[in-house]
Amino acid sequence: MSTNEEVVRDVPADGDFGGASDLTGTLSAGSPELPARGETIIEVRDIGKSYGSVIALRDVSTSVRAGEVTCVLGDNGAGKSTLIKILAGAHEHTSGDFVVDGISRHMSSPRAALALGIATVYQDLAVVPLMPVWRNFFLGSEPTKGRGPLRRLDIDVMKQTTKAELQAMGIDLRDVDQPIGTLSGGERQCVAIARAVFFGARVLILDEPTAALGVRQSGVVLKYIAKARDRGLGVVFITHNPHHAYPVGDRFMLLRRGRSMGNFPKGEMTLDELVAMMAGGTELEALSHELSRSLGEESSVAQQMAAELRTK
Amino acid sequence: MSTAAPAAPPEQQEPDERLAGSDRTARILRRPEVGALVAAIAIFAFFALTTPTFDTASGASTWLLTSSTVGIMAVAVSLLMIGGEFDLSAGAMWGTTGLTTGILMNEYGANVWLAILASLVVAVAIGVLNGVVVMRTGLPSFIVTLGTFFVLQGVNLAVTKILIGQVAVSGLQEADGYTAGQQLFGSFVTIPIGGSDLTVYAATFWWILVTAVATWVLLRTQAGNWVFAVGGAQTSARQVGVPVFATKVGLFVTTAVAGWLVGMLLLFKTTTVQSVTGVGQEFIFIICAVVGGCLLTGGYGSAVGAALGALIYGMVGQGIVYEGWDNDWLYAILGVMLLGAVLVNNWVKSRAEAVR
Repeated sequence: MSTNEEVVRDVPADGDFGGASDLTGTLSAGSPELPARGETIIEVRDIGKSYGSVIALRDVSTSVRAGEVTCVLGDNGAGKSTLIKILAGAHEHTSGDFVVDGISRHMSSPRAALALGIATVYQDLAVVPLMPVWRNFFLGSEPTKGRGPLRRLDIDVMKQTTKAELQAMGIDLRDVDQPIGTLSGGERQCVAIARAVFFGARVLILDEPTAALGVRQSGVVLKYIAKARDRGLGVVFITHNPHHAYPVGDRFMLLRRGRSMGNFPKGEMTLDELVAMMAGGTELEALSHELSRSLGEESSVAQQMAAELRTK
Repeated sequence: MSTAAPAAPPEQQEPDERLAGSDRTARILRRPEVGALVAAIAIFAFFALTTPTFDTASGASTWLLTSSTVGIMAVAVSLLMIGGEFDLSAGAMWGTTGLTTGILMNEYGANVWLAILASLVVAVAIGVLNGVVVMRTGLPSFIVTLGTFFVLQGVNLAVTKILIGQVAVSGLQEADGYTAGQQLFGSFVTIPIGGSDLTVYAATFWWILVTAVATWVLLRTQAGNWVFAVGGAQTSARQVGVPVFATKVGLFVTTAVAGWLVGMLLLFKTTTVQSVTGVGQEFIFIICAVVGGCLLTGGYGSAVGAALGALIYGMVGQGIVYEGWDNDWLYAILGVMLLGAVLVNNWVKSRAEAVR
């Protein structure tokens, strides 16, 4: 827990939500029995996927453990989406082993993955903008009371649970009655995460949750990723931004052109190494030259990049 | 799923302290039906002040009846529109169901309840057909139901001519069992108010019932939550497990059944039904729903608002007569109201979606 707190500090702090951190772990209404911290939930070994003659992914290995964040990094077209789809149950893998709780599986549908507690939060978040936050939170799985024609939504429970669950994730909403469209992108992302956690996720797959967000909002989302991890979930964090991955990640899996470039625990890697590996050292150097030519040697971007190259 | 919610700290049950009182008022003012309520009051006041008969009990009886029949449809159509679809066949359904029951009773001597049930079955079948075709083909419901509308219009005329050699069913009061059906759909009560009698037809009670049930379903049940969701963001709704297909087909069946109800109300009140009954009304329902706060794009609206929209329609239609104006102005006024309502609704929507 103490190491986690240090990690969170690397993230741009968001003052609005700072006071809520002490609520972690006190509220976990719908949360399932989570496995012990560090226990392996998902293990993929030499997994691969081909669409006909096109090999989208091959020989990828990594693991997802309770209370840890596994980051999947890679540029566009590196195979991240294919890997997520396999993990989420949307596509079946064509080679290798996909082991959940020690049992090798072939998952045929997202529903099968959900039944195993593997929930995916996609970029479009599956929210209905014009509906209030509390209706969105329970959409599709609404609690009801009463019988027969009097069976109705348990609105009090829905509102209170929404507020409490969001607070447990550190989101302090003024009013759960506001349309979810009025929330910022980061907050919406967090509502989607909180919803997945409440409905029994043990493993949370986040598909580029920070891609469309500004610096501050990205920070907010990273903080909630840390929160989910602290609650004991295994998190798969897909991103192309090593600066977002490094602060919260426990292990990093790099993909390039459908192949794994390695699976590194955090202890074996510095941020600079990660950045360099992501972009490829030579490509970065070339970019540095190009930038200094077009922006001038004095420009801050060029200098920063040059400095980063020197540290390697 | 687990409903064992945590016992929230007591202070959370209080409104958040950041919600000022004015904010709550503002939220009530943002409800979809508020605009229609204000407009209804203003229109009532205008005609009450400028004509001698509009606000008398006998004067009100007339516009209440129009509002009721249109209102039942507008409420059902508003649910469908919140669910993101249109039904242009809803008006022609009046004729289809009225003719079915009327011909069965008049020409074939069918039992009144069987005849009523038969037209209900026809209505449900057409509703299911509309819904399934829209969902299976992915075509806009505007086009699909436009097709159904023309088919019904043609069938109403052609089949009626084949079966009875006329284009209308009349003299239903001669048929066996008419009085039983009339009790349920065509009766009225008179309430003496201020020297004249307010005649309230069965249609008005049905209207109130339909509005109350629709509001309950929309705001308090799981199905209502799904209606908002399939209209607001269909893909998202599907991703979180909302049965999109069943919800939408159910909505098409609802408007069809509303059409059947009004078909019965008209048949048993007037004892006659024309082949063209209801044709041309389908846009009136949509206008009433939009005036009541429904977005044309779905996901937002209210059943009470649609009922108020129908009340406005009834009042304006009869108010023009009492004023001695040319009745043709009704459509011009409706057009202006529709445009105004759409502008207001879009403004409300953009406010609701704006990032704070």
